[in-house]
Amino acid sequence: METVTAVIDGCKVEVAKGTTILDAAKTVGIKIPTLCYHPDQSIKANCRICVVEVEGVQLLQAACATAVGKDMVIKTNTMAVREARKTVLELILAHHPQDCLQCIRNQNCELQTLAHEYNVRENRFEHIDENLLLDLTSPGVHRDPNKCIKCGRCIEVCERVQTAAVYSKYNRGFKVGVAPVLNLGLGEVACINCGQCVHACPVGAIYENDQHEQVWDAICDPKKHVVCQMAPAIRVALAEEFGLNAGELEMGKIVAALRQIGFDKVFHTNFTADLTIIEEGNELLHRINNGGKLPMITSCSPGWIKYCEHFYPDFLDNLSTCKSPQQMFGALVKTYYAEKASIDPADIYSVSFMPCTAKKFECIRPEMNSSGYQDVDVVLTTRELARMIREAGIDIVNIAPEDFDAPMGMYTGAAVIFGATGGVMEAALRTVYEVVTGKTLQDINFTAVRGMEGIKEATVDLDGLEVKVAVAHTTGNARKLLDAIRAGEKFYHFIEVMACPGGCIGGGGQPYGTTNEIRQKRIDAIYDEDAGLPIRKSHENPAITQLYEEFLKEPLGHKSHELLHTHYTKRSLYPFSKEEK
Amino acid sequence: MSLAKEQRIVLNNYDKINPASIDEYIAQGGYQALKKALTMSSAAIIDELKASGLRGRGGAGFPTWLKWSFTAPIEADQKYIVCNADEGEPGTYKDRLIMDKDPYRLIEALTIAGYTLGATKGYIYVRGEYPQSQQSLNTAITGTKAAGMMGKNILGSGFDFDLEVFSGAFAFVCGEETAIIESIEGKRGEPRIRPPYPGTVGLWGKPTVINNVETLANIPAILNNGGKWFASIGAVKYPGTKIMTLSGDVVNKTFVEVPTDTTLYDIIYGFGGGVTGGDFLAVQVGGNSGGVLPESLLNTPIDFDSMMAAGGSLGTGAVFVINDKRDLLDVVKNMAHFFTEESCGKCTPCREGCQRLYDFMVKVCDGKATVKDLKIANGLARVMNKSALCGLGQAAPTPVQTAIKFFGNKFEEKLLQNS
Repeated sequence: METVTAVIDGCKVEVAKGTTILDAAKTVGIKIPTLCYHPDQSIKANCRICVVEVEGVQLLQAACATAVGKDMVIKTNTMAVREARKTVLELILAHHPQDCLQCIRNQNCELQTLAHEYNVRENRFEHIDENLLLDLTSPGVHRDPNKCIKCGRCIEVCERVQTAAVYSKYNRGFKVGVAPVLNLGLGEVACINCGQCVHACPVGAIYENDQHEQVWDAICDPKKHVVCQMAPAIRVALAEEFGLNAGELEMGKIVAALRQIGFDKVFHTNFTADLTIIEEGNELLHRINNGGKLPMITSCSPGWIKYCEHFYPDFLDNLSTCKSPQQMFGALVKTYYAEKASIDPADIYSVSFMPCTAKKFECIRPEMNSSGYQDVDVVLTTRELARMIREAGIDIVNIAPEDFDAPMGMYTGAAVIFGATGGVMEAALRTVYEVVTGKTLQDINFTAVRGMEGIKEATVDLDGLEVKVAVAHTTGNARKLLDAIRAGEKFYHFIEVMACPGGCIGGGGQPYGTTNEIRQKRIDAIYDEDAGLPIRKSHENPAITQLYEEFLKEPLGHKSHELLHTHYTKRSLYPFSKEEK
Repeated sequence: MSLAKEQRIVLNNYDKINPASIDEYIAQGGYQALKKALTMSSAAIIDELKASGLRGRGGAGFPTWLKWSFTAPIEADQKYIVCNADEGEPGTYKDRLIMDKDPYRLIEALTIAGYTLGATKGYIYVRGEYPQSQQSLNTAITGTKAAGMMGKNILGSGFDFDLEVFSGAFAFVCGEETAIIESIEGKRGEPRIRPPYPGTVGLWGKPTVINNVETLANIPAILNNGGKWFASIGAVKYPGTKIMTLSGDVVNKTFVEVPTDTTLYDIIYGFGGGVTGGDFLAVQVGGNSGGVLPESLLNTPIDFDSMMAAGGSLGTGAVFVINDKRDLLDVVKNMAHFFTEESCGKCTPCREGCQRLYDFMVKVCDGKATVKDLKIANGLARVMNKSALCGLGQAAPTPVQTAIKFFGNKFEEKLLQNS
């Protein structure tokens, strides 16, 4: 490895050629402030807060964008640097709302942190408020353009990672802004509600549609029987909201907290994740055996579904007709559970805790009312759950763990791994293999479909039937896969697509500031949980067996079709017409 | 006092020929330089440019041979030559004169550049406000193709070259070379971070050289007459001629092409015929990003280095004269306003700073600014100079800064006294 040596603030550094001043400074314990910099994104160098002095160079240099040169003498703490930093910070703050106390990102904001670290006590520049309208058009993601600091991180994640390219800049100079085309709302364009822009945003300009007050209202309503479900990706990330490492929070403690909050029943989406595997696995075999449309593509991720509807409507018939586990759950709570518990479904208020902002859109899709009511009444993200726990004053770290309620709280390891990219595929393969071959899997770990690689492929031998599968996470990778299929370059039987990087554990509803490094830790925690469970195959879940015996009768049967399967709608690109809205 | 004389190199054919006629251009010696170049090696052409001492005429003054020498030796499947014709600095129309009156000269120069650099494709990025220039160039491109001097195997040399006129969309920042690249690629015109420099990673990621119209227009004459000839004209370190465009309170609102050792005084009082409407107060040289200079600096020669040393800049060569009946602060306020409209908004110092400098000037003009405000404005301008992402933001404070520096008394008169 070729290295260069340089001096930063008097400390000698030796780093690989090409290392930026920012990274080199870290190696000697010097933290250079950043705002537009994001570890998973390209270098933008537009905020200019990271500028440093390089001896012999007249202009200050952006540390994030400048590679350490041979024998460079770099100074990060001179008068000129301090003046530039402070000025940049004051300029941004003077053009940013001063409502930190009410801001959804209070105490979790990159700008606020810098203002604190650099002791901004007064601002030399007069405060200017543009009074721009909030964008509340999307059921999933809301925006306060007044708070935008024009770093461009949301633009990049939407354009390069998700390839939905919803955001662009408008205007010039001081009035420059970031918004969907023609300054429309996110709910009026081909936004897939994935919420990755929420993670990209360093401040409180993009955030979820916070609906947790509605849940308090329901809980406080004595007429309502309030039940909740919780996605597998919640547990691993909720820990981070309470100062623990990913996965360190025991499931039972979350159950206990939810009871204390006031939920009448605490169930788990994992139950219907197992059910999804049974229905989807059978659908796949049905398609393979009856010349159905292949590849079949998973339909658990509502961000991906909306992406497909907007950008690849010619693939709608490839989507599995299975509803997502959340929506299967919703349909069963107000039918199967209501019947079993002898409760009028009209009195049931069904809450879903998801790592996902797109689920907020999914639950209000007009077709998601097969119980006769809106199947899931409201979806809250991991962050909103954490808010409720804090508001209720619950010490979740030290609470005594409790068990889920029966029967919809029982699940297998196969359901747990739904939370990570490749998990649905692996769970399906565990079941499909055993159903088709009648044999017991020697090793149930399909490691080829695990991990953060964008597109993963595998071929599985089902007693002579070679099943080709692929897994894509991020809609950008889904695009690559679909383009290859369209061009006839690739053929698969079965594809898993998750809209978010890393799968649901990296969803737009997870704790603010999720990065790929954090995603990997959550994935590790997910597979640890799977490995520790007694039952790890969906078809071995006794509560699912009971559900079929008592209620559904058979996979892909009449009742399944009525409650568990759905259809999709072609949507135009943007701006889409009023009728479609 | 004997006044300097005009010397026309790039404007040699101005109003002498029908700009649409390639034959008339050829009759004036046109395309001799290209023919000569096609017999030379790339290195020999660059050596000739080096001997000429030609430096950029767009405002940055970078040695042309040096820019070319970075890109010429690079092996690449595609390289580009881009002509910066996004002439946006207020008061500047030198490039338009060339494009409208002698388009074949520019095309010949670009073809020589393409040959030297190994670039088979060129773009002329013309500002959207110049439809007539775009038309003139397109006519000339058609004429050149018809004459067999553009396209495949030019004059039997084996060199292929094609040229396209690309219209800007009314953005000042698109005169910045990396913003041009973004714009041609179909993106919002915003400057890129450097490195990588366009010479290695430019348009569509390919090595790209970007030169100003006037810079390029000098090249045929340099090849025809030799680098030494060019180096002997004007200032030693910035040789050749420069087109200066005169506007404001000057009798002759005209243009001149003069050797670069000509003084500002000669330009304003000689070619310009002096100040109109009052006495001389100040002159802004180089466009809106240029310095506002006092009478004491009028003996400065216009070449890049002399202007820089005097605390101003040659810039594009625009000469905007301000008489003493004007409210200088109001004029400077207007200059500051320009940048609030034309900053692209990408980097913080420029996006926020241009607005704040303008707000400061408004406050000054309204008699509401304090000594503290002046100090803050000076500090802000310093930060913009040193930390803005591109030349636009770095130079945007110049009018305000130079006005404070050279006309500090005007500010003091207006500042609130007990502040």
